[in-house]
Amino acid sequence: MWLSSKKQTKKPPNVQPETSLLRLYHRFRALDRNKKGYLSRVDLQQIGALAVNPLGERIIDSFFPDGNLRVDFPGFVRVLAHFRPVDDDDSGMRDPKQPEPLNSRMNKLRFVFQLYDLDRDGKISRHEMLQVLRLMVGVQVTEEQLESITDRTVQEADEDGDGAVSFLEFTKSLEKMDIEQKMSIRILK
Amino acid sequence: MYITFDPGRRLCALETLLEADVWHTIAHGVGEAHSMGFPMLVPFSPWCWLLLLVVLKCSEASSDLNKSTNSTAQHEPNVRFAAASSEADEKISVFALDYDYVQIPYEVTLWILLASLAKIGFHLYHRLPGLMPESCLLIIVGALVGAIIFGTDHKSPPVMDSSIYFLYLLPPIVLEGGYFMPTRPFFENIGSILWWAGLGALINAFGIGLSLYLICQIKAFGLTDVNLLQNLLFGSLISAVDPVAVLAVFEEARVNEPLYMMIFGEALLNDGISVVLYNILIAFTKMHKFEDIEPVDILAGCARFIIVGVGGVFFGIIFGFISAFITRFTQNISAIEPLIVFMFSYLSYLAAETLYLSGILAITACAVTMKKYVEENVSQTSYTTIKYFMKMLSSVSETLIFIFMGVSTIGKNHEWNWAFICFTLVFCQIWRAISVFALFYVSNQFRTFPFSIKDQCIIFYSGVRGAGSFSLAFLLPLSLFPRKKMFVTATLVVIYFTVFIQGITIGPLVRYLDVRKTNKKESINEELHIRLMDHLKAGIEDVCGQWSHYQVRDKFKKFDHRYLRKILTRKNQPKSSIVSLYKKLEMKQAIEMVETGILSSTAFSVPHQAQRIHGTKRLSPEDVESMRDILTHNMYQVRQRTLSYNKYNLKPQTSEKQAKEILIRRQNTLRESMRKGHSLPWGKPAGTKNIRYLSFPYGHPQPIRRDPKVADFTGDDSSDSELPSIMFKPYPRTGTLQERRLTQEIIPMKSFPRGGKPCHFGYPRNTSQEEHVGAGRREALRPKPLFHAVDEEFESGEESEEEASAGGSRWSAEHRPSKQYHRSHSPLLQRK
Repeated sequence: MWLSSKKQTKKPPNVQPETSLLRLYHRFRALDRNKKGYLSRVDLQQIGALAVNPLGERIIDSFFPDGNLRVDFPGFVRVLAHFRPVDDDDSGMRDPKQPEPLNSRMNKLRFVFQLYDLDRDGKISRHEMLQVLRLMVGVQVTEEQLESITDRTVQEADEDGDGAVSFLEFTKSLEKMDIEQKMSIRILK
Repeated sequence: MYITFDPGRRLCALETLLEADVWHTIAHGVGEAHSMGFPMLVPFSPWCWLLLLVVLKCSEASSDLNKSTNSTAQHEPNVRFAAASSEADEKISVFALDYDYVQIPYEVTLWILLASLAKIGFHLYHRLPGLMPESCLLIIVGALVGAIIFGTDHKSPPVMDSSIYFLYLLPPIVLEGGYFMPTRPFFENIGSILWWAGLGALINAFGIGLSLYLICQIKAFGLTDVNLLQNLLFGSLISAVDPVAVLAVFEEARVNEPLYMMIFGEALLNDGISVVLYNILIAFTKMHKFEDIEPVDILAGCARFIIVGVGGVFFGIIFGFISAFITRFTQNISAIEPLIVFMFSYLSYLAAETLYLSGILAITACAVTMKKYVEENVSQTSYTTIKYFMKMLSSVSETLIFIFMGVSTIGKNHEWNWAFICFTLVFCQIWRAISVFALFYVSNQFRTFPFSIKDQCIIFYSGVRGAGSFSLAFLLPLSLFPRKKMFVTATLVVIYFTVFIQGITIGPLVRYLDVRKTNKKESINEELHIRLMDHLKAGIEDVCGQWSHYQVRDKFKKFDHRYLRKILTRKNQPKSSIVSLYKKLEMKQAIEMVETGILSSTAFSVPHQAQRIHGTKRLSPEDVESMRDILTHNMYQVRQRTLSYNKYNLKPQTSEKQAKEILIRRQNTLRESMRKGHSLPWGKPAGTKNIRYLSFPYGHPQPIRRDPKVADFTGDDSSDSELPSIMFKPYPRTGTLQERRLTQEIIPMKSFPRGGKPCHFGYPRNTSQEEHVGAGRREALRPKPLFHAVDEEFESGEESEEEASAGGSRWSAEHRPSKQYHRSHSPLLQRK
């Protein structure tokens, strides 16, 4: 699996030119403007299209877990690995002792969960939900409307009534959705 | 010929009466509709009546023509001025009507106007464009006009003939297709596109022709006089598809990019190939009316096909380069820039046609070549003009062709032959299916991302015929084709069938194939999360960038930068006046934005539902519905990464506003955090940056990168005396900056993560290289078109600087007037 070969940061010598890993490596090099060997926030912020994405900053933050200021190539790949399309034969033959691959449904959901849960307490509080909603909605929606939508959202997912959405509740509320297809990027196959 | 006073007055009186009556009924109709509470009928009724009015005027005009013909039949058909002198003894008529003089332009204008009104109505009812392609509408309008002309027994309607079509109506359509074609995906998929479009057209043409010939041999159908050549010719003209017309219908299904390109590319090349085939076969028909065709001739035909195609492309490229070169020098007379673009494209078409090469391919190649360089050289307004004018010309052409089609539908010149027509329909579908599945099976072996069966079904079903087939059928020479009427009828039937039936059902088909579970209503929870995931996916795709077969492209890009750009694009001299002009413009824009309340948080509208739902209060279904409405209408759209091309319209700029809002909000939050007093590494007070936006094209904002030497200018600008400006004078660091023309200073700002993690500002400075001359100028002074801005074209290290710097300067911007609201009490404001 190409995930395991991510440890080398030098160009792998005998990989076919068409693998997505090599392309990601080129992309990493292209983003790393000053040839530092790692990416900082600034490098990612210079992707113009991310600037007009409402979740741009959060997406960038997800590349820097645990307060790091730099991400090297393995870290870069690790984040992107969440978006690999799920092969059908992966789940059948998987050895249960091995850790779950990064692009499993659980891990994809966990990735999304982390976009909401900024303080990493394992729950999406109402306040955090409100902030995400605010990011995604145009300016003509009033605060009151936003708050009532937030209340409704939390209320729909919250089962144990603590006013926040835990990861399990989050997963359960999205069980009908085809997460694997929504969070897969074809070119990363 | 004059009509004297009395009939004219009668006519005028009639018309005014009619108008009064019509307006009266419009008012009534509107009132009734309101009272009955059907708001959607209201936009319908006025334009409906307007349409009727125009139609009546048209029929008045044509009946008037008949009157004049009848009444003055005995006079000589004099030229207007000669008539005046010969009738010198009559009284001078105060009112006179001379219809013949203006007949053709008048009627043509009326038709175009009618079609435009119909389009307005079409788009007023907002669900309609998603249901059927716009060609349906045009055909209906054409049929209507045809019915009017037939009904009023118009003696001499304007008619399309070969030279009008090939010289005036066809070039704009092809030019528009070539100009708006996205070049990067086109060239990435060019192998598949050429394989599919070229071979597909040939297979279709010959397949349909041969099958029909076999059918014609059957004596029972009465078609034995149609020989092989005629059938082949018919096959070639009926295989000219126009699939772009249906693209708008399934646009929202997020068709993936390669599929989009295949459809687009096929439409682009298909016309050219059909016309080339058509001409070759006509030449054959003329040559071999009496003899048999020899193999030598067939070989010559094939060779000619290739030469015609390649030669046309070659011509087009040459003309493209010439025009790009000329636009390099038109700084001071930017008004003629659109003229140059259009004239050179047209010239390429004509020059190719002179040598019997393919003018269509020439004009396409010219547009593709020219586009990149011209867009860099040409001023912003010229660029907009070119785009809009191109759309306008092509839509006028197409409208006219459809109207001619409608006119000839409703007429007496039909020959209906059940066998021929039915088998034509059947064979069209069969051969298209064969060509799609066979050709894609082969090309899938060589592609990195093969096309799925689903994609192939979509391509098969999008084989909608359009104006091209009709024109070619209509222009068949009657001398060589005694059964021309039958061909025309068959073509019309195929067009009607494909446009209406396939056009209307392709939308549901694509949605069905997409297997989206849209039948159940999603909860608010799910809607929110789905949208979040879409945004996330779009964002990650942007991080991954565009991948392609980069070796060949890189080589071309290097060649392009090293040689071509130097020759063809302007030397950039950002005069301070130009830069300051843009500053002025964006300041105006900024003021506008503030005034319309985008930034101010107090400008939010009063909510309709004032309830605040506390805790676990149960919500009524109406509340949920209204919430859902709020969400669907107000959530930001996901950035469309797949291409979006509408044949009849330029893309509306809704995403611009969204992008502005997002950026401004982001800058606000950044500034909010900065106000808390984080210090910068170089010791300047926080928030002393002053970089502003440029106008936003298609959702990609481009702040101007500030040239330090004109930094002082903003202080003197009188229009913003109330808005305190904060100047950033990076002199200690930029000693040599002023000498360098294109230095870019990028001062990206980073959001402050929660939890009080330490911040840092990066201050990388990009020094430009010679090769970025064009790019730098482009960023500074002009918003880039969508396709350029979207793709990050370069994979190699040096090129990524350009893109990265573009990205940096693009978004690292701040909105100056907003400071007025948020920082009016801050002592920092007073610094100049």
